[in-house]
Amino acid sequence: MAAETLEILDLDGVNRALTRIAHEILEKNQGVENLLLVGIRTGGAHLAAQLQQKISEIEGADVALGIIDVTMYRDDLGSRSNLSIGQTDIRVPITGKKVVLVDDVLYTGRTIRAALDAVIALGRPENIQLAILVDRGHRELPIRPDYIGRNIPTAQNEQIKVDFDDQNIPQAVHLLRN
Amino acid sequence: MSFNPKHILGIKDLTAEQILFILDTAESFKEINTRQIKKVPTLRGKTVVNLFFEASTRTRTSFEIAGKRLSADTVNITASSSSVVKGETLEDTAHNIEAMHPDIIVMRHSASGACDYLAERLKCSVINAGDGTHEHPSQALLDAFTIRQHKGDIKGLTVVIAGDITHSRVVRSNIYCLNKLGAKVRITGPRTMIPPGIEKLGCEVYYNLNDAITDADCVMMLRIQRERQGATLIPSIREYARYFGLSEAKLKLAKKDAIVMHPGPVNRGVELASSVADGTQSVILDQVENGVAVRMALLYLVAGGEKLQQN
Repeated sequence: MAAETLEILDLDGVNRALTRIAHEILEKNQGVENLLLVGIRTGGAHLAAQLQQKISEIEGADVALGIIDVTMYRDDLGSRSNLSIGQTDIRVPITGKKVVLVDDVLYTGRTIRAALDAVIALGRPENIQLAILVDRGHRELPIRPDYIGRNIPTAQNEQIKVDFDDQNIPQAVHLLRN
Repeated sequence: MSFNPKHILGIKDLTAEQILFILDTAESFKEINTRQIKKVPTLRGKTVVNLFFEASTRTRTSFEIAGKRLSADTVNITASSSSVVKGETLEDTAHNIEAMHPDIIVMRHSASGACDYLAERLKCSVINAGDGTHEHPSQALLDAFTIRQHKGDIKGLTVVIAGDITHSRVVRSNIYCLNKLGAKVRITGPRTMIPPGIEKLGCEVYYNLNDAITDADCVMMLRIQRERQGATLIPSIREYARYFGLSEAKLKLAKKDAIVMHPGPVNRGVELASSVADGTQSVILDQVENGVAVRMALLYLVAGGEKLQQN
């Protein structure tokens, strides 16, 4: 258990960040046409569902939503315990879409690298953008998010945790320090 | 939970939790088989050797496709085209293959326990694709997967397995698997084909197919193994078909929504009437389809995970 826990974002903070990201996505893409939100299991998938809801409130139009599991595309098979593999569920063709990948925490960038491969394996999108709730630094790959909820420089021994309630609604973001 | 097996040798050693973990993993791999580009890079750089000392189409092809869809390099060795015919022992063959550094050997052999024997002697992982009359774990897992797909939950179901029980490895793996998952297993067949003491594995024995089938949720018919001792244990194939073959009329004794399974290859008109094999209750082709996903899960779990603590 962490020795110290700091609250980075409370419920209102998370909501404001997501609302702003929703606006930014709409602004950059000039609406929802051809847009596809893809959440990375499991935290990113919950956040993508929130973004979908916010976008439909702002724009009055529905945006397509998919869930992707990147375990099969990871580069660390054999160096840790087997992860359970979740299901990928994207029901619209990905070719030609503007895909917005959504994840909760951006750290080394390796999950996003795997997600890029996973998306491209399903088709050829027009472009891929990246939305992140918390960017904690320490990138090991040249990956840069397009939409960031909050930048939080961290130390390697710290952890960022996004709390969800049992309806998968994000509640707060905490920093755990060992 | 996580599950990091070094080998998959039989269902007997697995817990219910581990079996369900395998089935859930397979559930996720199933989606890949419906994609336009059916390949993920998960096992890139791994070498899988399919070492088959007995004839097989389904299992070998299924393992080969599973390996290829995970981007592993798969090599097939069949007994007739190998040095076995020149008199090489199993252990020598295996050590020679191991010298080429494969990561996984998938083996089928006519001797019970052959896979355990290799697993003790080799550094690479071993997956049992059927050893003698002992176990056939991937078949039992794909059967459980298929039952779960059609029935939702395996717990509380009544499953009948009918045919040559003595010489069937599918039966033994299925009895272990279904018992662990909470189903009730009934086995049935001619007295000459049921070994004494089989009920100790956890099943009820019937010598009459009609009694066994009554109110069953799932009927699994086994093949009469004409290439093995099968044919000499019964007076005639026609008599077997009459008493132990599954006809439409007999199937009516089972529950209305019962499913009919068969590990293949089917002897049409012997253990299974053609009209039943092709009927609406038959899930035989689902079994084959699910086999690929289940074998992908086995290869993934065996190849991944830290194996340092074992061995």
